[in-house]
Amino acid sequence: MEALDLARWQFGVTTVYHFLFVPLTIGLGVFVAGLQTAWHRTGKEHYLRLTKFFGKLFLINFAMGVVTGIVQEFQFGMNWSEYSVFVGDVFGAPLALEALLAFFLESTFIGLWIFGWDKLPKRVHLATIWAAVIGSNLSAYFILAANAWMKHPVGYEVVDGRARMTDLWAVLTNSTALAQVPHVVAGAFIVAGAFVLAVCGYNILKERRADPDRTVPMRRGPGSTTSIWHTPMRAALVMTAIAGVVSAGTGDLSGKLVYEQQPMKLAAAEGLERDTAGAAFSPVPGIEVPMLLSFLATNDPDAVVRGTEDLQAEFAKKFGPGDYRPNVPVVYASFRVMITFGMATAGLSVLGLWLTRRRRTPLAPGGHPAPRGPVRRRRRAAGVPREIPSWFARACLLALPLPTLAMIAGWLLSEIGRQPWTVQGELLTAASVSPGVSLTEVAVSLAVFTILYGLLAVAEAVLLVRYVKAGPEQASPTPPAPAAGSGDGDTTAVMLQPTLMY
Amino acid sequence: MELTTVWFTVIAFLWTGFFVLEGFDFGVGMLAPVLSRGEAERRQVLGTIGPVWDGNEVWLITAVGAMFAAFPAWYAGLLSEFYLPIVLVLVGLIVRGVGLEWRGKVHHASDRAWCDMGILVGSALPAFLWGAVFADLLHDSVTAMLVGGVFSVSLCLLHGAVFVALKTLGPVRARARRTALVTSAVALPAGVAALSGIPSAGTAAAGAATPVWIWALALAATAALAAGAALTWRGRDGWAFTATASSIALTGTALFGALWPAPLPGLTLAEAASGPYTLQTLTWIGLVALPFVVGYQIWSYWVFRRRLVAEPS
Ligand code: HDD
Ligand code: HEM
Ligand code: HEM
Repeated sequence: MEALDLARWQFGVTTVYHFLFVPLTIGLGVFVAGLQTAWHRTGKEHYLRLTKFFGKLFLINFAMGVVTGIVQEFQFGMNWSEYSVFVGDVFGAPLALEALLAFFLESTFIGLWIFGWDKLPKRVHLATIWAAVIGSNLSAYFILAANAWMKHPVGYEVVDGRARMTDLWAVLTNSTALAQVPHVVAGAFIVAGAFVLAVCGYNILKERRADPDRTVPMRRGPGSTTSIWHTPMRAALVMTAIAGVVSAGTGDLSGKLVYEQQPMKLAAAEGLERDTAGAAFSPVPGIEVPMLLSFLATNDPDAVVRGTEDLQAEFAKKFGPGDYRPNVPVVYASFRVMITFGMATAGLSVLGLWLTRRRRTPLAPGGHPAPRGPVRRRRRAAGVPREIPSWFARACLLALPLPTLAMIAGWLLSEIGRQPWTVQGELLTAASVSPGVSLTEVAVSLAVFTILYGLLAVAEAVLLVRYVKAGPEQASPTPPAPAAGSGDGDTTAVMLQPTLMY
Repeated sequence: MELTTVWFTVIAFLWTGFFVLEGFDFGVGMLAPVLSRGEAERRQVLGTIGPVWDGNEVWLITAVGAMFAAFPAWYAGLLSEFYLPIVLVLVGLIVRGVGLEWRGKVHHASDRAWCDMGILVGSALPAFLWGAVFADLLHDSVTAMLVGGVFSVSLCLLHGAVFVALKTLGPVRARARRTALVTSAVALPAGVAALSGIPSAGTAAAGAATPVWIWALALAATAALAAGAALTWRGRDGWAFTATASSIALTGTALFGALWPAPLPGLTLAEAASGPYTLQTLTWIGLVALPFVVGYQIWSYWVFRRRLVAEPS
């Protein structure tokens, strides 16, 4: 056991952990901002209740993203000092930009959003959540540009054993980054969509249990729903379905880039040992779809896909003796888990959209014949949506972990598939680790973080479950008044609104 | 000015901003149990930092990110050399962050007690350790670490108490005033010990005599500290806060002045620096972005400028 092994474990554990919370922050933030916008536009109270309800869940989760992110920022210097010195010139730039352009935006405006309900004009308050959400997405962009550079280094030269940036624009528009950013952000929307679906599914089931005979009908007439959960569920279904399409498209693009830029990763992901023309793809071990892999990688079913053993021989010649193959079983399995679990969630959302589609013939109120012309067209657009079947609500609840597992698997594919390199073709993982840090030190920190993170994960899960069970506040919250601009600071004390604060 | 000097200045500015802003967050976090009686007052005290602490923390994240980008070897050397203290700093920041965010969302008093514990420990640990780490960089001795740590904690306590006095009304404000006076009795001697140490270290490592201006800064920092205590005594909350903030800012400036041009033993800025292209590009982006950042942060302080009262729930 060396410090290197533990440092790798520590990086894996802490990064995967950070990434448990980040996708929900990214996706749910946009969802909450959307709900608040809907409230702003329509003035309907249930949008405000939903904003506050999902906003609270968002904030519980947001805290964890923030505190685990700090560890990430420090970790490169602590455990990977050789790596940091080698890449800092190139890799540090997006990280610094992330802090300057994204984290400041996000953290400042989140504070304004949480505490600003009664201090800011409604419109400005709405803008604060959008600013924070833009911050989250920008932060994803910068960190992913940094990560993409490790897979496909561009815009640099190596001088005196250190990478020197020659073109920041090239780093920020790396082809790998441009595929990876939408892929990861789409994944984040799938995660958040599935989260909202599960929350809605749970509550729909709860309502039905409380009222098994449906004496309170779900819907009384066109447009008037009695269940508050129908709207967010539809919205989440749309969000997840769209994100599913984007993630498949950009995933396909990523695959083509991996074929060109990281052939060893692709070979490992398919467990392909020899260079093969018209290579097959096996969705599960045992079943092979001929030529599919070649087609996915290049759009040409007859193309040659490289194999691990042939690449190994080539790399050994090029870079000197050594083992250049990643852990094939892990990479192979991750690839399949990512695709099946992620696509299953997207599929579920498409199914849900179909199940809840609007009825063709709108009921005219009072049994009168439906009016013609533009009025009628509007009616049809607002036709009665179908009720959500209970089994579907249950399925949404069961699907909750799937996209998160898909995300983790995707990262294992991406990061373990890159091994033994930290920077593809430039720097080996073994040469990246901090030389002065002892095994004991890494062991201590790994133990401390793992235990602390474990406890916090349980605490967050308990908190989220408790809030989901409690449901949105019933009492109609006082509409936030515009900032009271009168009185001087010493005598007019403004009280904080307790709903979303400490 | 040379680009390495520019970036050293930027990093010094970011660290100093972090000390000044997060300094009162840490102080408030440590003092919350002392300053409040009961849940309503506790919420009042923590409410003073509620909207801003995360934004303040990003000063640290940006400082460290800027070190990574501009002086990778400094970043890597500092963090790997002080490995275990940094682990503790991170643990502190983690438990403090979740404590602050979750405190109002838990339902049981016992859970809230856990959050309060997290806020207390999570504020004290980083406050002590950053002082200790920087003192050790200058002097490389255990005594220096202790003095630095104690100075840093007591300065945060004073700064935090003055901040609460400035931001609240009622019994909490009175208590904060008294606490500020008590903590200044520790902060002043610790400040004299630590600040007199700054000029006599640092640049000595590079073989040069200590420039007079570092002496001047250290002296001014001590004077500002004393002024902070005196102004609290006189009940001038706003000016007292200005004084403690200046004291921290001057200390930070003196500290980084002493670290120039060798931020780590045996490592000069020139050796640690990234290439001119990176530094130049980042300079332009920083020049455009930093005013916006500072602007909207000031705006957020403006939005939350009013004093808070205890609100029974
Ligand atoms: C819910 C999430 C999700 C879903 C449904 C998918 N992926 Fe994915 N995938 C990720 C979540 C993800 C990820 C966790 O976000 C990764 C890890 C690194 C990255 O860039 O994104 C990833 C990486 C990743 C990579 C590696 C890129 C690299 O290492 O450079 C490839 C080739 C694919 N994906 C391909 C696909 C394909 C062909 C998909 C479906 C048809 C697919 N992904 C669905
Ligand atoms: C957020 C999602 C990410 C996850 C889940 C993840 C996961 C991992 C894992 C599991 C390892 C260990 C590999 C091994 O032991 O074989 C690793 C290594 C590493 N990853 Fe990532 N990673 C993520 C993002 C990033 C990003 C964004 C960066 C860079 C900005 C990065 C940089 C590294 C580095 C430097 C190592 C250490 C050296 C190594 O063992 O490869 N990772 N990552
Ligand atoms: C391994 C490299 C990573 C580093 C160094 C890193 C750094 C950080 C830091 C320092 C924070 C806390 C910011 C704050 O206090 O406000 C944070 C939070 C966050 N990070 Fe990461 N992160 C990494 C991986 C990722 C990835 C891969 C993504 C996105 C795809 C991401 C997106 C976010 C988001 C959206 C947050 C939410 C909370 C916030 O920014 O305040 N991070 N990260």
